[in-house]
Amino acid sequence: MPDNINAIEVLNLTKRFGNFVSVDDISFSVVRGSIFGFLGANGAGKSTTIKMLTGLLNPTSGDAVVAGYSIKKNPEKVKSSIGYMSQKFSLYNDLTVKENITFFGRVYGLDEKSLQRRMLDAVKIAHLEGNEDRLTGSLPGGIKQRLALATAVLHNPGIVFLDEPTSGVDPIARRGFWDLIHELSDKGITIFVTTHYLEEAEYCHNIILLDAGKIIAQGSPKSLKADYLKFPILSIETDNLISAMQVLGADLNVKDISVFGNAVHLITSMKENNESYFSELLQSNSVLVRHIKSVEPTLEDVFIYLLEHKN
Amino acid sequence: MKESLNRVKIIVVKEFRHLFRDVRMLAVLTFFPVFLLLMFGYAVNFDVDKVPIGVYDNDKSELSRDLRSALTASGYFYESVQINSDEEIFAVINSNKAKCVIVLHENFSKDYYRGGEASLQYIINGTDGNSAGIIQNYLTSFTAGYSNRLRSEMLEANGLTEYIPVDFRPIFWYNPELKSTKFLIPGLMAMILIMICVITVALSIVREKERGTIEQLDVSPVLSYELLIGKTIPYILLSFLSGIFILLAGFVLFSVEVKGSYTLLFISTILFISASTSLGIFVSVISDTQQVAFSIATFASMLPAVLLSGFIFPLESTPAAVQVLSFITPAKYYIITLRAIILRGAGISAFWEQLLLLIAYTSLFLILADLVTKRKAMKQ
Repeated sequence: MPDNINAIEVLNLTKRFGNFVSVDDISFSVVRGSIFGFLGANGAGKSTTIKMLTGLLNPTSGDAVVAGYSIKKNPEKVKSSIGYMSQKFSLYNDLTVKENITFFGRVYGLDEKSLQRRMLDAVKIAHLEGNEDRLTGSLPGGIKQRLALATAVLHNPGIVFLDEPTSGVDPIARRGFWDLIHELSDKGITIFVTTHYLEEAEYCHNIILLDAGKIIAQGSPKSLKADYLKFPILSIETDNLISAMQVLGADLNVKDISVFGNAVHLITSMKENNESYFSELLQSNSVLVRHIKSVEPTLEDVFIYLLEHKN
Repeated sequence: MKESLNRVKIIVVKEFRHLFRDVRMLAVLTFFPVFLLLMFGYAVNFDVDKVPIGVYDNDKSELSRDLRSALTASGYFYESVQINSDEEIFAVINSNKAKCVIVLHENFSKDYYRGGEASLQYIINGTDGNSAGIIQNYLTSFTAGYSNRLRSEMLEANGLTEYIPVDFRPIFWYNPELKSTKFLIPGLMAMILIMICVITVALSIVREKERGTIEQLDVSPVLSYELLIGKTIPYILLSFLSGIFILLAGFVLFSVEVKGSYTLLFISTILFISASTSLGIFVSVISDTQQVAFSIATFASMLPAVLLSGFIFPLESTPAAVQVLSFITPAKYYIITLRAIILRGAGISAFWEQLLLLIAYTSLFLILADLVTKRKAMKQ
């Protein structure tokens, strides 16, 4: 691998299917050893981009250098230098833990000695010590996911692509899974991850938000919040969400409102005394305010704002 | 190249693991051929013998008794019921107590001794046209033979010797007893092999598609042809074992011997298994779930192999359109080849066209599978 601080460099990457432009001239780079979040709604072009970056799909135009190899000229080289884990659980249910690890290790050309060593690591990562002969299909979801990730990095790839790795995993296991991702990143492995869960994006070092094949925002979670949300955000809990939305929507000091769980999140241009102002406004329209407070913006606030104001 | 072979080997090992872990599948694959073999060998029998015959003997003379004993002595018929009235004939035929009724009227022997011209009547149940035809043939030749015997006895009694102007002496080659089992074994072998190949190959590939494991292999260094070869080898071996097993069982149970060359048998079997495997690969490409794959695979392999291959029904007697349609199953080519090798001991000159057709078939379906795969990749 050439001495480059970027593990992935994407330049003017485009993919068209007939008249449909799935990925529209995107360029970005991913720093080695970082956790890179690739976000966007279904159909935004996430999967197509991952397929191109992993050497599965040829770009219509543009190119990317992944782990030092061009995805256009050397897709097979790219394949052997990366790890990949798909959203579907991708190990064989009817094989044991050991058989799965052995199979994928050998497929990537590990010799017996390093296979034995890596197997110990993988089993440890998945918390499966002493259970190597269990059928993979009988493992709980969270453990399966850890095993799949451990298997994806058996051959010590510089980069690992995780496509919706936590879909269908319970919240506690998800938390543990992200700890594992951080451990791998600390070891210098670059993580390229797509996810549906916006709160998970907070764990990433850098993020790209994709919409209709185009990048509409990029940066660290912190800088995204600072760059795009310069106004205070209030979280308001009321007895009547709908009336509250109507009253607030008509007020000139409100830049944006959205429903956030059982509360309303409101972006306001008022920098001072905004809590008392909105509290009084709602009370005077006979909406009972249970709770009102300033909150730190979340990535979800940022993305909703961005998607609504993209034009 | 070495790496490529190594990866194929890794996949073969994995595939055998799946196979041995799936006890149900393994049991089906082992017992299914045994079951079919026994069924077609014993139960599905197109030979006609031991036909129950009803006897309506109004004559009850020495001559009528002689005729009846000569008829049953052949072994093809036995007297199942005695009939005493015209109405009973219907009852006996309808209740299937007899497939055929022989009617000897009261003047049978009188007519014979008086003028030498006695007549008798056979009533045959024509519902099963095939057996009825065979029964008719038996009866015709039996009656002619019996008649000849009476005539020579009569001539001899008058001091004359008989000569036969044209002596009819048929000889059946290759299957002298005309056993349908001998004819069926090669077809059965083709049917079992094509089913095992198409169904297992299609299922094993679609299973990876359905569970998403194929995605994991796509991004690995495994090339798609390595995956295909690796995944099909275990099932090709399995089919081969099945083939050997059927031949052994055919020999032990039905004394069907391979008259021709084992090398030719081996080569043609390899070509047939390749053709079936490519059909299986094609099925796996067009189906996304195991359920769909199983239905299409069963339909595409079994039906044409039974109906359009000449396995049971001789293709020569089917309409021209059906004969054209029969090209869609590789079983047709293989059955022609097998019958030539196993029953006749023929050399390659008798069936080389069939082998070429098998090769063409294999290539055609591999190319089709490739085209469909590429089209699907474009649409995604």
